[in-house]
Amino acid sequence: MTDQYRLEDVGKIYSGRQVALGGVDLLVRRGEKVALIGPSGAGKTTLFRLLNLTIRPTSGKLLLDGADVVDLHGKRLRDARRKIGTIYQQHNLVPRLKVVHNVLCGRLGQWSTARSLWSLARPEEVDAAYHALKQVGIQEKIFSRTDELSGGQQQRVAIARVLLQNPEVVLADEPVSSVDPALASSIVKLLIDISENTHKTLLVNLHSVDLALEFFPRIVGMRSGTTLFDLRPDQVTEDLLEDLYAGDQAEGESVDMKDEEPSPPILQ
Amino acid sequence: MKSPARPYFNSEQKSLFPYLFTALFLFALVDSWRRVGVDLPLLFERQGRENLFKFITGMFPPEHSAQFLSLMLRPAMETIQISVLGTLIAIAIGFPIGLLGTRNFSVGGILNEADTSGAPGRYALRFSIYCAARGLLSLFRSIPEFVWAFMFVRAVGLGPFPGVLAIGVAYGGMLGKVYSEIFEAVNARPLEALQSTGANKLQIFFYGWLPQVLPNFVSYTLYRWECAVRASAVLGLVGAGGLGQQIEISMRMFNFNEILTILIILFVMVAAVDVLSSKIRALL
Repeated sequence: MTDQYRLEDVGKIYSGRQVALGGVDLLVRRGEKVALIGPSGAGKTTLFRLLNLTIRPTSGKLLLDGADVVDLHGKRLRDARRKIGTIYQQHNLVPRLKVVHNVLCGRLGQWSTARSLWSLARPEEVDAAYHALKQVGIQEKIFSRTDELSGGQQQRVAIARVLLQNPEVVLADEPVSSVDPALASSIVKLLIDISENTHKTLLVNLHSVDLALEFFPRIVGMRSGTTLFDLRPDQVTEDLLEDLYAGDQAEGESVDMKDEEPSPPILQ
Repeated sequence: MKSPARPYFNSEQKSLFPYLFTALFLFALVDSWRRVGVDLPLLFERQGRENLFKFITGMFPPEHSAQFLSLMLRPAMETIQISVLGTLIAIAIGFPIGLLGTRNFSVGGILNEADTSGAPGRYALRFSIYCAARGLLSLFRSIPEFVWAFMFVRAVGLGPFPGVLAIGVAYGGMLGKVYSEIFEAVNARPLEALQSTGANKLQIFFYGWLPQVLPNFVSYTLYRWECAVRASAVLGLVGAGGLGQQIEISMRMFNFNEILTILIILFVMVAAVDVLSSKIRALL
């Protein structure tokens, strides 16, 4: 069994109307590193929410480790989620908590409820949190309040959270859209290193085509809720990219607008 | 020729709703005025004027003999104690039930979508827990604390204890309702991230939910405590102890100057609670 994810004609419709994904086929093997590119609104974020078991497909089949996810509920669903670490575009940290607690959130899947509560008063496993923060280079911020950190620093806290979770799969949804280019490259490199050193499957949404082509051995292009191509970086031609982004604004101009994707109705 | 597109403001789409609403509002205003029997001149007729005058002049000077003041010390303390205990009970009732009555915690939204999809049994269970919690909170707060106090006086006898219970139950309903509204307005994105690590609902609540809403949560609870101080004074009128009982006695003896003293004491207490709450809020 080497398949991590197998998607067969997966579709997602929000509130019975708004089609976010229409028939995606995708096979991701264990330890693979995949970059997803495509214009905003292509359904990449929806795909990631399906992959980390936050939402369910409305049609088609999604298999994780060979098992259909429709059967996962309650404890078994939580155990499955524990194996998947997600880094979000807006970091999704809890602003009023200290950095150490946000990092330790990665452990919640393993901790009992009582232990998690106790940890809010007296942080458990501070060494592990410190070590993870050191890996992303902001260990001195461990006891700062999270909302006092800059955007780039918060993104590193989110990565440290995933390090502590130590999942089999790492999903990163536009992890570098809010940081400057130099930092973006180093964050992508860090994710690649983590994936290689610990044999984690890595899927990354990137709006920067250059970063995708530079670092990833497999590029999936998405447009209008479905995959347009699935190729090695040397096979991705200018023509393909033009088709992919046809009708979309030039990438550099639209970065600001892409930053906040409209939240799907499920967030109300 | 191109005319500027204004799709939302053309006359075909103009809705009748604002007119209907205005008409309904005016009707409600006029009809209520008539039926409730608002008769302002009545307030200034001879009889009314004289009674009002008697009541107000009777209040001055407020009773300030050392004997009366020392007599009020215990009831004043009692009022504070009723309000504190009552609010604590209200939190104990309102917090868990309010949490279960929070829609995006119990049934809907991103935290339940995957867990209940394809599992109608799970959904039905969660939905009924949610409805039961909402219903219970409505019941608790739709009965006025005055009536609760009356019932508890019957059950456990006169004194401050029925007052504590009445405030606990009635305010539990109010706190629970507002707590659930505060919880529902939370930013769901951090919760989604917590859930994706495999955390359970309670862990998500204590790590993601509570830290985000804590300032609102505390300040509303403190505000309710302030209201409870006032309410516990009123509850004394039905025999539930505290300053209210003293107001009742003085009323009956037409000692309006004593009433003014008690009202001043009450005012000072409410103001003190207000100062204390703002000190606590500033710490957050």
